[in-house]
Amino acid sequence: MKFILMMQFPLGDWKTKGIEAWPPQDVKAHMDFLRRFNKELTEAGEFVRTEGLGGPEQMKVVRAKKDGTPAITDGPFPESKEVLAGYWVIDVESPQRAYEIAARASAAPGPGGAPLYMPIEVRPVMMSSTTGDV
Amino acid sequence: MTLQPRHSDENLLRELAPQVLGAVLRRFRNFSAAEDAVQEALLAAAIQWPNEGVPDNPRGWLIQVACRRMSDYLRSELARRRRESDHTIQVPRDEQVAPASDTSDEAGQDDTLILLFMCCHPALTSASAIALTLRAVGGLATAEIANAFLVPEATMAQRISRAKQRIKNSGVPFEMPTARERAERLSSVLHVVYLIFNEGYASSIGPSLQRSDLANEAIRLTRAVHNLLPEDGEVAGLLALMLLTDARRPARTGPDGELIPLAQQDRALWDRHAISEGVALISDTLSRGSIGSYQLQAAIAAVHDEATSNEDTDWPQILALYGLLKRISDNPMVTLNHAIAAAMVHGPRTGLELLATLDADERLAGHHRLAAVRAHLHELAGDRMAAISHYRAAAGRTTSIPERNYLIAQAARLAGDRQ
Repeated sequence: MKFILMMQFPLGDWKTKGIEAWPPQDVKAHMDFLRRFNKELTEAGEFVRTEGLGGPEQMKVVRAKKDGTPAITDGPFPESKEVLAGYWVIDVESPQRAYEIAARASAAPGPGGAPLYMPIEVRPVMMSSTTGDV
Repeated sequence: MTLQPRHSDENLLRELAPQVLGAVLRRFRNFSAAEDAVQEALLAAAIQWPNEGVPDNPRGWLIQVACRRMSDYLRSELARRRRESDHTIQVPRDEQVAPASDTSDEAGQDDTLILLFMCCHPALTSASAIALTLRAVGGLATAEIANAFLVPEATMAQRISRAKQRIKNSGVPFEMPTARERAERLSSVLHVVYLIFNEGYASSIGPSLQRSDLANEAIRLTRAVHNLLPEDGEVAGLLALMLLTDARRPARTGPDGELIPLAQQDRALWDRHAISEGVALISDTLSRGSIGSYQLQAAIAAVHDEATSNEDTDWPQILALYGLLKRISDNPMVTLNHAIAAAMVHGPRTGLELLATLDADERLAGHHRLAAVRAHLHELAGDRMAAISHYRAAAGRTTSIPERNYLIAQAARLAGDRQ
């Protein structure tokens, strides 16, 4: 079964505690962790896909105007408390396994190498197949 | 995997794949490397045969090519080890000589079975066993398997190599399991093939037609096992179950890809040929005694397939069969289906009472199927509000888009009726 693990980062902390504000060696340690983590997921036969996303500075909210053309505003939704920093799609035997993997991602090293304990939102990926006879 | 009719060469190749692997393995004993060598031989054949014609002895040709690859591999391994260590590592003499071509067909047949026992070993996770079985026994390439399971090729390659590693570590020999182990090992084989079938059948709706080929592959593998073990009731039962289920495939989907449940299917679309084969198989098997769960499930599928309409279905017989199945299986899905059959025989209230026992079962409590069945039985009982609420609850819990759409439509239909 496939799950998406969404790595959330507190929006209020982005400017002061976001990765752009980290010392280079901490950024490197974080990226090394991610590379190792992805490699291990592949070796476990569980990796499907991962992406890191651009930060709030690069975020736009787009709505369609009446004539269908885009109305663009800068930044995230005003009500957002967290920002999606990146995600993984994994294919695992059980939800419990997905939670284990999410916990590892949550403890990715941040400033000073300390675990970030980021909240990871875990959700099943909807399938275009059935789960059995309805 | 494609839905186009396979080139006849390809059918032949995939049939020969496990026999060739068996022959190579008997000489070289290194499962992992032998399996890679056979894949390369299959690839070489797929490229060469269409141009140069199929050789007179295709099996011998493949064995020879695979053995040559094996020898190359062992030579380079030996060189590598020599480079890495001071002393020479001895390679057994029988691994150095080029083998004569194999001619015994009977060994080839048995090899298919031995390989299935290996690839479906209980030490493997089901995901690994499925991948390895499709490659080593089914003769599919890693990319094809990855495609069918919608994961990257590198991920699937790792599943296969982990499975091989685990087989190596657990020291499973390339030989028939002992009589003592055999029943348990055969049940693992049947379970893996059943999972492959389910994966394909569940996908035989909507746009992912590629995956539905897995159902055909599972039927092909089960047919091969049935030919090797014609006396085994559960093997015959599983083959019958697959044929009787797959027969309904054309009627399962509407013109817009929507799911059509059994009761509403156009039975004229069912595959009569598959049904008669399945019915004959299961009738013959049941008359011989020693009944297992695949046989019971096939018998239930046969009763459905033989009914001319949902109303004409012999529900008392289905109820009796689910009663038997419940005695030998601890699967809450069986209890769920038993409750549906009870509702059809004794009325929806009886069915709803039986469902109440499942709320305490943590394997099913909160499961969308429990909510969906409950919704359906409430509808039959005339409790429209409860039905709407359970259809909606079920829609929110399923991870299947076609199922969700179906459940939303049921709730909407009932809500619309009210106005």
